[in-house]
Amino acid sequence: MKRKINVEVNGEAHEREVEPRTLLVHFLREELGLTGTNVGCETSLCGACTVWLDGLAVKSCTQLAVQADGLSVTTIEGLSGNGRMHPLQEAFWEEHGLQCGYCTPGMVMAGAKLLEADPDPEEADIRAALKGNLCRCTGYHNIVRAVRRAAEGGS
Amino acid sequence: MDKVKEFKVVNKSVDKIDSMQLALGKPSFVADLVPEDALIIKMLGSPHSHARITSIDTSAAEAMPGVHCVLCHENSPRHLHLTAGQGYPEPSPYDTAVFDYKVRHVGDRVAAVAAETAEIAEAALEKIEVEYEVLEPVLSIEEALRDGSPVIHDEPDVSHPLPVPFQPEKNIVSEVGMKEGDLDHEMETADYTFDHFYETPYAQHVPIETHVSFAYLDAADRVVIVTSTQVPFHCRRIVAQALGMDVKKFRVIKPRIGGGFGSKQEMLLEDVCALMALRTRRCCFWQLTREENFRYGRTRHPINFRLRTAMTAEGVLTGIGMEAVCNTGAYGGHGLPVVGCCGSKVLPLYRWKHIDFDAKVVYTNLPVGGAYRGFGATQAYFALESQLDEMGHAIGMDPVEMRLKNHIQEGEGSPVFAALGEGKAGVEMTIGSCGLSECIKLGAEEIGWGRRTLPEEKTGRYRRGLGLATLMQGSSIPEIDMGAASIKMNEDGSFNLLFGATDLGTGADTVLAQIAAEELGTTVDMMLVYACDTDLTPFDVGAYASSTTYLSGEAVRKAAAKVKAQILGVAAEMMNKPIDELTVRDANVVAADGSEVTFSAVAVYSLYERNQFQIMDVASHITHKSPPPFSAHYVDVVVDTFTGKVKVEKYVAAIDCGTAINPKLAEGQTEGAVMNGVSYAICEEYLFDSKGRMTNANMQDYHIHSLRDKPKIKTILVPSYEDTGPFGAKSVSEISINGAAPAIGNAIFNATGARLRRFPFTPERVWRAIREQSTVPSPSPEAVLSI
Repeated sequence: MKRKINVEVNGEAHEREVEPRTLLVHFLREELGLTGTNVGCETSLCGACTVWLDGLAVKSCTQLAVQADGLSVTTIEGLSGNGRMHPLQEAFWEEHGLQCGYCTPGMVMAGAKLLEADPDPEEADIRAALKGNLCRCTGYHNIVRAVRRAAEGGS
Repeated sequence: MDKVKEFKVVNKSVDKIDSMQLALGKPSFVADLVPEDALIIKMLGSPHSHARITSIDTSAAEAMPGVHCVLCHENSPRHLHLTAGQGYPEPSPYDTAVFDYKVRHVGDRVAAVAAETAEIAEAALEKIEVEYEVLEPVLSIEEALRDGSPVIHDEPDVSHPLPVPFQPEKNIVSEVGMKEGDLDHEMETADYTFDHFYETPYAQHVPIETHVSFAYLDAADRVVIVTSTQVPFHCRRIVAQALGMDVKKFRVIKPRIGGGFGSKQEMLLEDVCALMALRTRRCCFWQLTREENFRYGRTRHPINFRLRTAMTAEGVLTGIGMEAVCNTGAYGGHGLPVVGCCGSKVLPLYRWKHIDFDAKVVYTNLPVGGAYRGFGATQAYFALESQLDEMGHAIGMDPVEMRLKNHIQEGEGSPVFAALGEGKAGVEMTIGSCGLSECIKLGAEEIGWGRRTLPEEKTGRYRRGLGLATLMQGSSIPEIDMGAASIKMNEDGSFNLLFGATDLGTGADTVLAQIAAEELGTTVDMMLVYACDTDLTPFDVGAYASSTTYLSGEAVRKAAAKVKAQILGVAAEMMNKPIDELTVRDANVVAADGSEVTFSAVAVYSLYERNQFQIMDVASHITHKSPPPFSAHYVDVVVDTFTGKVKVEKYVAAIDCGTAINPKLAEGQTEGAVMNGVSYAICEEYLFDSKGRMTNANMQDYHIHSLRDKPKIKTILVPSYEDTGPFGAKSVSEISINGAAPAIGNAIFNATGARLRRFPFTPERVWRAIREQSTVPSPSPEAVLSI
């Protein structure tokens, strides 16, 4: 039995009928065509699917779309706008914070949320904030540098 | 080629050309590109390690609304093939059917459904009735080799395309070996000899993107396969072979790859996607779940070693005997090349006079081994570098000195190079560039090797240890692998650069664009890179064997040189000057007298003005040697002797990769490989129950290191110049995964006096080794309670 939900995604209101079992990530990717949010493990462990739900960084592979009813969602596509990249996206590019780029949208969403709460995080804060986002390519070295660069550029 | 070491584009850290689209989350990966109306494929995996399918009834599944196709062994073509993407004919057996009447490991293909939705496909899988005759499984190397052991590949049509000792009736996939000098005599007469066993675990690449593919029929009824593959051309050939169709029927397109590390050097989903598309005439999409990726995806081959060595009282290494038995799991895959690399990429590092190498690959009913960064060298370096540490310790020689004294040097060769190839003899080679001594010295300085103390000098619960491992790898497979590239000029002076090489996140597209831009005298932003599409791009064997920079890079450089010659020819006509007075600089053709024309003007002239033609060329490259990169890895660890927990605090990797075409990307390759190696050494391991079923097939229980676990990593690029590589380059991608296990094992010994010859170094394993081997006192009960 489908249920009607109203979700604001990247500032745009969407009214859709979804199956109650539909996961938020599938709603975003398949229903709205926002494919920037990736699926890596289906179990909240890798963080590739991280989005903001009502202002909190959450893993959208273990949230139901119906849980987003009446709330706002921001995805990687919503982070940049008006021809401007988020400083952290720019920093990932400049610091070589990504290789294959599959974990990047989730990493950026988690990192940008950290910077919102703490504009000048220490390395220990970055480690703590991003420990739920796995990357197999970079060794994390330049991911930490990218977050630091975004912090320095923003302050 | 001029030995120009002052470069304009090469050896510069230009930004990775695809980073922007990836940071913005633009549609880039296979799953982002699937048409909305695609059917979803789900696979029924075997619940048994070893069983014969006695009956299979798919009628109830087929009758379900929304189900379009059910495939199993009864309705699929049977042309035994190999899923591993390798040069052709392959050094590995044809032992795999699209679907078989026998299953050989838990998770092996039984049937697959294509349906309107994932839910319908999953429900349909449950309606497939399968009866199995469960057979006794073979769950270890020892069981595989036991007389009278069950035969895993007893199908009459199994075969091997090369004349190698393939004995499926004995569960032996292959054997390879070599002899030099007289090791047995040396072991009897040498001042010091050593003889130990080492084991390496089942582990996986765990790319964050699981295997994913889709296929559809184009308007001409050809099958287009869009897939996350490191080997598009091999994939096309293998799919054609597996389905018994012509290569021309298939087109393989590789978009961005969400991580590979060797796992995607395999045709794993594409045959089923193609067959489903042919049967349903719909686009069919298949992505493995994480659990399936663990069970059905490929792994690092576990290898058991017996390593014997001999040396003089002065620490001169004289003899080595390596016996390696490699478990390839249920299918032959990359078994023989992997175990061959245990010898070819490892033994030549030191100047042994007496060498025995004896390796075997066996089938078991466990997950299938594949290509994994390091490719056999990773496993063998654990044995060799651990034993070298023991040898130095026995005579009181510093591990640094031990290696400086014995490692191979520029101008030297090794009998191993000529003896060991891929399913045949190798290629003789002398080392053209070797910066290993400098790597060893700079690394020692960076880690603070001078403060290293011996195990017996340490006290307290937490004990610090320093460890070292030195390494080499190769760059491409000589006389076998080929890469090609084409370059076409456009009227604004930009160039379409097309090649078959596959960037799996490494930055290869950027590196190849830099090489082309350097040769052409232009900038990276004028190179429009497209790769890979088997209909459009020239052939390349793909991303493996550390070959893309060295092999495909030289193809790109040659193509650029040919295009440059055409540009100069047109400019000579335009400027009315002899061609040998012209050179390229900053996207201009410049004459000796200082007059110049822009690339854009040359292109416009050639396309529209006079004697029109397309400035364009293609070049191919094969290599005649496989020059090794070299590296020294140092670790600084702290061992909690109460709990056995090992914390890697600092990791130094000093690497000679020739000219680093893009230093930042080369460092990135090193840091990523190091971190993967540390994770493998500390915690990664497949665990199995008594029936051969993996019990930790998820990312919670099979943990890979997160940012929380990251040590401080310092990469030092040590320049050398390899004359045979593009602008002096060698490879960088694989070597740095090889160091962590031996270096950390050596550091644990340095910290505690306990020698571990098996990893991962889990707290339990380390704790037991400390209790059993060393004089570190056990904690008092009060101390334990206070933890």
